[in-house]
Amino acid sequence: MASIAPQIPITPADRPNRGDRIFRALCVSAAMLAFLIVGTALVFMFRQAWPAIRNSGVRHFFLDSVWKPGENKFGVLGLLEGTVIIAGIAMIVAIPAAVTMALFINEYAPKPIARGLTTAIDLLAALPSVIFALWGFWAFKNHLVPVARWLSVHLVALPFFRLTDPSAQLIGSSFVAGVVVGIMVLPIITSISREVMGRVPRDLCEGALALGGTRWGMIRSVILPFGRSGIISAAVLGFGRALGETVAIAYLVNLVYHANWHILQQDGGSVAAAIFIRFAEASPAELSGLVAAGMSLLILTFATNLLSRYIVNRKAVS
Amino acid sequence: MSLDYDEDLEIYEAIRVPRPRPQFRTTRGLRRDEWAEYAIALAAGVHLAVLLRFVLDWHDLLGTALIATLTFIAVHYLLVAARATPEVAIDKTITTVMWSVGAIILAILGWMVSYVAAKGVHQLSWSFFTQDLGETSALQKGGGLKHALIGSVEQVGLATVAVVPVAVLTAIYLNELKGRMAGVIRFIIDSLAGIPSIVAGLLIFTLWPGYAGIKASAALLILALPIVTRTAEEVLRTVPDGLREASLALGAPQWRVVMKVVLPTAKAGLVTATLLAVARMVGETAPVALTAGSSSNVNLNPLSGAQSSLPTFVWDLVRQPNARQVDRAWGGALVLLIVVLLAFAAARFTLARSERKLGRR
Repeated sequence: MASIAPQIPITPADRPNRGDRIFRALCVSAAMLAFLIVGTALVFMFRQAWPAIRNSGVRHFFLDSVWKPGENKFGVLGLLEGTVIIAGIAMIVAIPAAVTMALFINEYAPKPIARGLTTAIDLLAALPSVIFALWGFWAFKNHLVPVARWLSVHLVALPFFRLTDPSAQLIGSSFVAGVVVGIMVLPIITSISREVMGRVPRDLCEGALALGGTRWGMIRSVILPFGRSGIISAAVLGFGRALGETVAIAYLVNLVYHANWHILQQDGGSVAAAIFIRFAEASPAELSGLVAAGMSLLILTFATNLLSRYIVNRKAVS
Repeated sequence: MSLDYDEDLEIYEAIRVPRPRPQFRTTRGLRRDEWAEYAIALAAGVHLAVLLRFVLDWHDLLGTALIATLTFIAVHYLLVAARATPEVAIDKTITTVMWSVGAIILAILGWMVSYVAAKGVHQLSWSFFTQDLGETSALQKGGGLKHALIGSVEQVGLATVAVVPVAVLTAIYLNELKGRMAGVIRFIIDSLAGIPSIVAGLLIFTLWPGYAGIKASAALLILALPIVTRTAEEVLRTVPDGLREASLALGAPQWRVVMKVVLPTAKAGLVTATLLAVARMVGETAPVALTAGSSSNVNLNPLSGAQSSLPTFVWDLVRQPNARQVDRAWGGALVLLIVVLLAFAAARFTLARSERKLGRR
């Protein structure tokens, strides 16, 4: 029998009627909205930030640690370093806890407990940062200070645990803020690495167990190598989140504009917290400096997210 | 089974004694000696904590708990290592560590929720919800968060009304139309997801300076758009292709397929995504403070004037050097927590119901 099937398959895309054309235009314009918002906002942001950058000099703005709104001199390096310090402390707290938690939910916990813990982690992710700030300041901080004191006495070999003088205040430090931020970003790292490690082919795991391996042996030889790039990218993503945390840091840290590498000691810097604290009472000149600082933070988080995506994609290719 | 076994069976039946069950080695659950190891290790840990507390007079809770946990894990390792190979001992220890970390994280969550509840519960009264701060002075009794509640409802409501259609249409563009720009749009959405919340507030501020509720909604829109879009895209992807093809084969244009088949099928997932975004938006402090400011009176008009919301109410009051204001802040924090919990529970509920429905199908 001769085939009468058309040579070119007719798909809906080949003959859109009027309804479809309107529908498509609607979808395209909605999709373009995100594009539009970001584009316009970036232009306006740059226009507002330029006076501060120009008056301080581009190099000075990025490589100095000064904040003198009266003289129109701004240097954002100290704040950026402070942001990275706090986010780094947060990562040291969050990554081991999050990966352990993910493995516990996936491999160890009985079904009902695993389900309950998943809900708890999701809830922790949903709690507002102002609640973390209040809890961190009123309940958690006082228990953290003895730990900080212990570290400063017993791990004095590490330079960043040293105090400039023995009577230094241990409240309002990057350490306290970093630990609280670490608890805040823990859920996102947990849920992403859980998903990645759940994708390990099950027969590989069963194989490792059947060869006589213990459960930990199976995790170390199968799950962790398989999920490594996913865990790293989750950690980088969490780092990006930690860079942008505002309220908890603004409440817990005694804000300074230069980098303070004595992490256990009072004073720390954060771009987001500086913007938040200074915004309401800023002069137009300082406002320009704050917007410029916000742009540098945006660049930093954007680069971090690109890195995270690059790690995932590299894995997908190989 | 061997012949002997059957013969044994006959004997057991003949003498009417219950046959002993064959013992299987299980990977889950604990034997009695394993329970004993845990009990001894736990006793050692608790013992050390008590010693530290009462003999050495340690008062800090966190340090004591940490040392007790470490002792527990170490003693347990030694007990297992005495009877088994090092591999097994390490495996057992890791298991203990896993359980401990799970317990610690749960404890932190419980601590946080119960602390806020305990601090804020004294504030909750009828007048706390029906008065604003303009009706009282800082040192007097009374006053409440009516203005902040109204502000939150308006700001989050407007943002939700705006974000849902935009996000769903974007997701349809990405997943149903698969347009030429899909890659670029997806990249933009992913980048939006990484924007720090304070920068979202700053973006809206530079675009549109001054305080108003609707500007806060715009900032919240930027934050919620990537969340809802991504989740909506995930949900649309779970709609079976067979449904689409069947309706296309019946001659329906694509827009009717999407409106009548795809979206109704994905409805529960979309509702869940929206509720999670609401839970996220209602707690955002920094962008709202930058765009809507704060006031102590009710401002019903979202189009102009400063307007407080729940998080800015909490943030403004908790930093004041005045116990009454701080108490009000705790009350506000508890209300905020309850709102977030309700939105979260509603999201869970819709998700569970839809999963049950899909399971039955």
